[in-house]
Amino acid sequence: MNKESPAPILDRPNSYVGRTLSRDAAKRAVAGRGRYTDDINPARTLHAAFVRSPYGHAKILSVDVEEAKQQPGVALVMTGAELAEMCTGPWVGTLTCFDGMKSAPQYPMAVDRACWQGEPLVMVVASSRAAAEDAAEFVMIEYEELPVVIDKETALDPDTPAIHPDLGDNLAFEKTIETGDVDKAVAEADIVIEDTFTFGRHTAVSLEPRALLAEYDPGTERLTIHTSSQCPHMVQAVFARTLGLPEHNVRIVAPDVGGSFGLKIHTFGDEIATIAASVKLARPVKFIADRLESFATDIHARENRVRGRIAVTKDGKITSMDIDIRSGAGAYSQYPRTSVFEANQILNITGGPYAHENYRASTQVVYLNKVPTSQYRAVGHPIGNSVGESLVDQAAAACGIDPMEFRRRNVMHDDSYPRIGAAGIEMRDMSHQQCLETLVERMNYDALREEQEEFRKKGVQRGIGIAAFIKGTAPGPSGYYGAGGAPIATQDACTVKLEPAGGVICMVGVTDQGQGVDTVMGQITAATLGVPIESVRVIEGDTDAVPYGGGTYASRATAIGGEATYQAALKLRAEILEIAGVLLQAAPETLDIVEGHVVDKGDTVSRISLAEIGRIGHFQVFELPNHVQPTLSATHRFRLRDALYIFTNGIQGAYVEVDIDTGFLKLLNHWVVEDCGRVINPQLADEQVRGGCVQGLGGALYEECVYDAAGQLQNATLADYLTPMAGEMPDIEVAHIQTHTGVSELGAKGVGESGTGAAPAVVMNAVNDALRPFGGKISSQPMSPETILKALGKV
Amino acid sequence: MSEATMEISLSVNGEQVARTVPVRQHLVDFLRTEMGLTGSHLGCEHGVCGACSVRVDGAVVRGCLMLAVQADGAEVVTVEGLTQTGEVADLQENFVNRNAMQCGYCTPGMLITASELLRDPKPVTRAEIRDHLSGNFCRCTGYHAIVDAVEMTLNKRLEEG
Ligand code: FES
Ligand code: FES
Repeated sequence: MNKESPAPILDRPNSYVGRTLSRDAAKRAVAGRGRYTDDINPARTLHAAFVRSPYGHAKILSVDVEEAKQQPGVALVMTGAELAEMCTGPWVGTLTCFDGMKSAPQYPMAVDRACWQGEPLVMVVASSRAAAEDAAEFVMIEYEELPVVIDKETALDPDTPAIHPDLGDNLAFEKTIETGDVDKAVAEADIVIEDTFTFGRHTAVSLEPRALLAEYDPGTERLTIHTSSQCPHMVQAVFARTLGLPEHNVRIVAPDVGGSFGLKIHTFGDEIATIAASVKLARPVKFIADRLESFATDIHARENRVRGRIAVTKDGKITSMDIDIRSGAGAYSQYPRTSVFEANQILNITGGPYAHENYRASTQVVYLNKVPTSQYRAVGHPIGNSVGESLVDQAAAACGIDPMEFRRRNVMHDDSYPRIGAAGIEMRDMSHQQCLETLVERMNYDALREEQEEFRKKGVQRGIGIAAFIKGTAPGPSGYYGAGGAPIATQDACTVKLEPAGGVICMVGVTDQGQGVDTVMGQITAATLGVPIESVRVIEGDTDAVPYGGGTYASRATAIGGEATYQAALKLRAEILEIAGVLLQAAPETLDIVEGHVVDKGDTVSRISLAEIGRIGHFQVFELPNHVQPTLSATHRFRLRDALYIFTNGIQGAYVEVDIDTGFLKLLNHWVVEDCGRVINPQLADEQVRGGCVQGLGGALYEECVYDAAGQLQNATLADYLTPMAGEMPDIEVAHIQTHTGVSELGAKGVGESGTGAAPAVVMNAVNDALRPFGGKISSQPMSPETILKALGKV
Repeated sequence: MSEATMEISLSVNGEQVARTVPVRQHLVDFLRTEMGLTGSHLGCEHGVCGACSVRVDGAVVRGCLMLAVQADGAEVVTVEGLTQTGEVADLQENFVNRNAMQCGYCTPGMLITASELLRDPKPVTRAEIRDHLSGNFCRCTGYHAIVDAVEMTLNKRLEEG
């Protein structure tokens, strides 16, 4: 499939690219030497705790902090109103790229009205977290409860009160897209299937909660913030702008980050308050969210209802799809990334693998008195894929065609790119056919169907699921954040330097939260420069050190940061060869670098080492003629040009067993074939997919933030919000097809969300495959045993 | 109101220590803040996630559910101690080579929990390994690699007797 590689240097024998190497961070982690934000304890650190709204919606009549201030160890008590005075203004979580979108102004802590249970109202800063929590008990707040809006279906009804009266109603955003002529396709179709799907509200549950340590130095007016973040430069911009501090005086360091999943691309009011406390007190102030706070304040996601329809001919050709989404946001649109991307992504990707030319998607995103929603791993994809792939399965069943064969007939052909997908977005470099045939082989599909039949005869109900998918990764600047006006970099950058002793420092704007981003960048650098991997050190996660970049989100680290690293290393390589050419009196193009030594091309005998070049270039520069001024440092920035995303694709398979008497589900096998373009480190790519799948399975089977009618979160503990544990999860078999993206020379696309995006779809299809002979069908997630029994008409 | 405290003396990773601690302080807060042993992590502080797992008198316990004062007179071993003695060096190596962690936040708890299976190794199935680890939450890996690493270590130990 791949034409001539534009990056032949990476394809050399024994290249570090394409090879499994272990991670340095792993070596620290196993010894208990990870260094997370809460492990950092400067002298005189104070600790913040928050008084949070106990109500879903309430007017704040009065706040009395006098008694709290008298409690032992208390250094500061700050109200929402006091914090607002330190801010340049409220946040408004809209982006100009979302036409007609509206959101209410939001202060980091509520000033006169609390709009969700858990919204921060008052901060107490004390000598220990325990002392701060004790004192917080003495903060007296008088509330007047206000009516809550909890149900997204009725949120736009005329008699439903507007959460923010100034907005007029609870509508955040609406949008419709249409390609072709859906109505005509439906009218002419042999078979039309309709269904309505509902998805529970999830949250990220990173094992390390949100964490921030702010240290303000009044002398230099410099602020150093250690925080568990994916996007140091973005949070630098948001923190600095919100508090009116010069951005260049704010240093953000993301030390080890204990899981992120999109949660940690966001900024939160309690974090602003903590920073404000440090500025005010000129002391280090730390805030570590506890698990309850995490559930009640970390962004939520996935609460959507989707009506979907598919039209097909009786010989199994999809002619149209259309969907209508009602998306339940929280009380405000999350600043600055908004709360509407999820619905927008559902609209972009539903039915995305297929070649139909008629598609309509509309969405309404509504405000609710719940935790604000925003981007969480694989934004929108679990929903869009579940809807699209369930409709496809139902259509296949109605046509009497095997679901694998049905997909085979409908996926976009591998030789048809570039092309425009049904949602009107350009697609290129994809491999649905190859992925599908690989999956057939890996699953041993026909034999598995036979086995399923055998088990059925014995009264054991097994189901086989398939779900094809596309995934938008590595967004470009022409799309949302760039065009929308957000202070979020969609470019990314790398600086590579040759040090005097021949070591190489690689500094990247993308960040690592355990994916192995640093290892991958090291591999690209070593392979491109021709140096041993041991001589490369990668630095990330420090705004004082690395070139400006967007950080890690939307599976962009390798796709964008990797290309920047590759190009920066190429530039440095060219300079090294230039200097070597002068020293060796040779034409640079006759030279090569192998294992840290400059050699004649095609040879392996060292003519000069990189350590020598480093020594001369830094210390004994007189050995070079005057016109040669070594820099021995190169920076490259990379961004997509016109593309909205780098789309990846793949397909998943699942084999499950359903106990039709109890509704219990056993996950037997799970397969993923995905195409992330060039794979830099096969093991790390596999593990991204595996971890992602299980995160998706958790959402499909167990996870849901449950609210009662009063807007009270009912299950804000890990005992009540169920997450997938080792005992219930299957082994996951992963295969990669490598269709390099043509938008970069490296050819890598994103991989971090491909598991999560389609795992809920494939397990839902597998369960429904098992239930089909009984006439049962599930269209809602999480799929609890109770949901399964209901589908079977047993409860 | 001054905070109630109590004197305790215990062994931490083989070292005898004595401290005065607030009576309400849990064991992991004590280890992290008093002893500087930040390898034990807190993921929930209500006994579900297992990130805080430590060994107390030979048994794996949830350090967030035990008060420091309850460890008076006990022998406590954390991931740092386990590393120091080399007891699970093979497991740690397999964790690294198999990439059985991503963010690493669950890793110390996983190692401590898995170490129980390795102390007196018996042949077990992958399903049994999964069951054994099912009190330790990992949000990153999906568990497959962790099960692989434990299985590899166990099999090697069994092979070598
Ligand atoms: S922190 Fe102890 S079990 Fe989660
Ligand atoms: S590696 Fe992140 S929680 Fe397990």
